[in-house]
Amino acid sequence: MAELDIDAVAGAAWGGGVAPFATNTKKLGMWLFLLSDSLTFSTAILAYAYVRLASPAWPRPFEIYPAIANATFLTFILLSSSLTMVMAVAAAHRDDVRKAVMYIIFTAIGGAAFVILHLMEWFRLFAEGVTPWSNHYVVNGQPGDPLFGGTFFGLTGLHMLHVSIGVIYLCIIAFGFGKRKFNADHVEVSGLYWHFVDLVWMFIFPMVYLMSVNLTVKP
Amino acid sequence: MSAHEATAVATHQPGSKKLFMWVWFWLLILTGIEVLLAYLRLEPHVMLVLLVGLSLIKSALIVAYFMHLRFEKIGLFLIIVPSLVFCLVMILIFVFPDSLRIVALHNIHP
Repeated sequence: MAELDIDAVAGAAWGGGVAPFATNTKKLGMWLFLLSDSLTFSTAILAYAYVRLASPAWPRPFEIYPAIANATFLTFILLSSSLTMVMAVAAAHRDDVRKAVMYIIFTAIGGAAFVILHLMEWFRLFAEGVTPWSNHYVVNGQPGDPLFGGTFFGLTGLHMLHVSIGVIYLCIIAFGFGKRKFNADHVEVSGLYWHFVDLVWMFIFPMVYLMSVNLTVKP
Repeated sequence: MSAHEATAVATHQPGSKKLFMWVWFWLLILTGIEVLLAYLRLEPHVMLVLLVGLSLIKSALIVAYFMHLRFEKIGLFLIIVPSLVFCLVMILIFVFPDSLRIVALHNIHP
């Protein structure tokens, strides 16, 4: 079966002979998706800030060790996986298939490690009795706001879902690029998605973890 | 594959390995500063402003260099960033007065 040349079709549909943003449609589509997805996360984070401000008994349970140390390590993993993704895109554009696939696999491994470590933290919290609808914290003599768990697991869960989808996406891209079914543009577009997932964590980490450091315990 | 190769050449990537390593290094430094801030026991509003400021710098670095927006046509930047800022400002205009009202109510009925 002849391969469908998306760029040629897009060029015909545009009819102007030039791509309006000097980019292919895949990339433009991914940018527009990321624009809408960033609004999803923005509203989720703003809603969290709102209920937190409105609550008289919002817990600040995270101690430097293990919670903050763990989240800092997760940040390091995501930033490093972004670096390997940039290297993968550069290698793909150089047409260095072997290196590109290797770097994409490294990136996917980083993403998988992130999900596993984050899930371990979730289960540690579940074992402590923190769930999306209840917690055992006491703030100013009042029971901690149950919305703490709702917003914490909601925000980090939505992000973890994005990371998990990203890992699957990267595995498909690595396989397809290795088989020469996909070209360097596909790798670049998957890279955009991956960096966005990293970017979102750059807001969740300070808003959810660092703003909730337990100040009653000496670090 | 010839059409694909042509596209790959046309959208060739500027930015060197060294530049990406530097961006990664600075992102780690900024993350370290954020974690250090958690030790300093600042007032929540000071902490919030500093953290959001640092996060905006970090996301700008990621978007500009890792996502290559700096090397794209200016038109792509113009359709993405101003519309996002506009939507965020609209959300803040609707939400912030109400959250301040709730803070005021806490002060009246502590």
